[in-house]
Amino acid sequence: MGGFFSMSLLIKVSYFVAAVLFIVGLRRMSAPATARGGIVWAGVGMVIATLATFGTDGMHNQVLIISALASATVLAWISGKKVAMTDMPQMVALYNGMGGGSAAFIGAMELFKAANTAHSMSPVATTLALVGVFIGGISLSGSLIAFGKLQGLIDKRYTFPGQNIFNALFAIAVIAAGVYTYMHMETMNIWIFFGGALVLGILMTMPIGGADMPVVISLYNAFTGLAVSFEGYVLQNEAMIIAGMLVGAAGTLLTQLMAKAMNRSLGNVLFGSMGGGESASGGEQGEMKEVEGADAAIMMAYSERVIIVPGYGLAVAQAQHKLWELTQMLTNNGVDVKFAIHPVAGRMPGHMNVLLAEAGVPYDMIEDMEDINPQFNQADVALVIGANDVVNPAARDDPGSSIYGMPILEVDNSKNVIVIKRGRGTGFAGIQNGLFFKDNTKMLFGDAQEAVSELIQGMKEL
Amino acid sequence: MIDGFVALYVFMLAAFVGNEIISKVPVVLHTPLMSGSNFIHGIVLVGAMVALGHADTQLEKVFGFIAVFLGAGNAAGGYVVTERMLEMFKSKKKDKKAEGEK
Repeated sequence: MGGFFSMSLLIKVSYFVAAVLFIVGLRRMSAPATARGGIVWAGVGMVIATLATFGTDGMHNQVLIISALASATVLAWISGKKVAMTDMPQMVALYNGMGGGSAAFIGAMELFKAANTAHSMSPVATTLALVGVFIGGISLSGSLIAFGKLQGLIDKRYTFPGQNIFNALFAIAVIAAGVYTYMHMETMNIWIFFGGALVLGILMTMPIGGADMPVVISLYNAFTGLAVSFEGYVLQNEAMIIAGMLVGAAGTLLTQLMAKAMNRSLGNVLFGSMGGGESASGGEQGEMKEVEGADAAIMMAYSERVIIVPGYGLAVAQAQHKLWELTQMLTNNGVDVKFAIHPVAGRMPGHMNVLLAEAGVPYDMIEDMEDINPQFNQADVALVIGANDVVNPAARDDPGSSIYGMPILEVDNSKNVIVIKRGRGTGFAGIQNGLFFKDNTKMLFGDAQEAVSELIQGMKEL
Repeated sequence: MIDGFVALYVFMLAAFVGNEIISKVPVVLHTPLMSGSNFIHGIVLVGAMVALGHADTQLEKVFGFIAVFLGAGNAAGGYVVTERMLEMFKSKKKDKKAEGEK
């Protein structure tokens, strides 16, 4: 251990400073005015902790450490810089899965050591190492599936009858393997347990529809935090224990807040796979009425009040900048324009606000659901762009619908509704939308980018 | 050493702090905050470094290498993505002033 000013003391101090910086950073990130500085505080903490760790007693394999560290940092840094704002959610899922995987691999390593050498672990450490492998493994494979789904690599929900029971039995089997490994610490058992956790993560995530993905990513984020905290105990690393538990708790609460914003319980998200199957609301449909871009532009130009409802389709088409151009033209024409943001518009709560901010839309034009809903009946036109489920009246009117009870933007109360939509298919949740068939609804088919360009063109020709 | 009940207290207190910090967050910040907390558990990197630094067998080295790689990816990627998201909150200078006046 050396003298008072030993390296190990310096490391402890660094970890303490890092923990404080993480807490301050997270706190600042939870308020809009200070959010930007928050990530920098936390980042400084990370750098301090990482540098100090090189001084740990008895470290070897430095070349391996530095090459893994450098290659991953460069790759992640570049991918993080290059990814489009619209694809952020799946990148968060990917990076989160990596963290969970890291914790799981650490746990497995420590268990291998306990199995093959005289190196002994206390019962508590062994248990937490196993639990860390379990939830870290689920977080790794589950996050990768979530990434694949949002990235469009996996475009189906895989369900089969009795899936929940099968998954529950599988989970019990994996936990049993964990208990068995605890009693018989052997390399093979650790492999089976680790592999089982990875498969369980895949099984759990496959049946969950894309609309629920944000909640799932947030849940796995909390999982990773817990796994990191538990492995931190195994390694007796204070920074990991505190930072991991901080994220574990914050992530759990954040998951609940998100589920609440979508009016779904966590259990419902995980086990009540929604969408597809039941189409009880597919009844009284009728015809969709198409409208040309030029006509739609005229309708809007001569309106007093227009409310724009942007959804994920807007983000996919990268049409937020064009939309802002259209908005400015309308405003110059004396039209009062507002943006209505559903809490889960985009792929995650708050995602749409970020995208609109990127395009330069001022904050005071953007209204939350509670504030805007009473205003729809005074609006001449509600322009829905690439949003579907969040404006589906079935959520309000049809108790048989699987999205019944989810709060929606009540666009059908406005005098006219113009819906920009790519095709005639159902939305992300796979549910038919009665709004599209209402008398006061006009459909403008096309990619959001093209459709908004048509509107701009129409405005110019006035 | 953090052991037994001391560990339990640390777990408990950290959990309360995490819970408390998030409890008043506006919806606008949900995504950036998820991303920010995602960055913070990138601290797993330091554990992975220590583990690889003490790895002896071939298997341990492979696992340790993967752990460091994944942990560093978590930390670096998490930082960049969060920073870019929060960057969006900068352009609203007027808004910030308005909040300052409150």
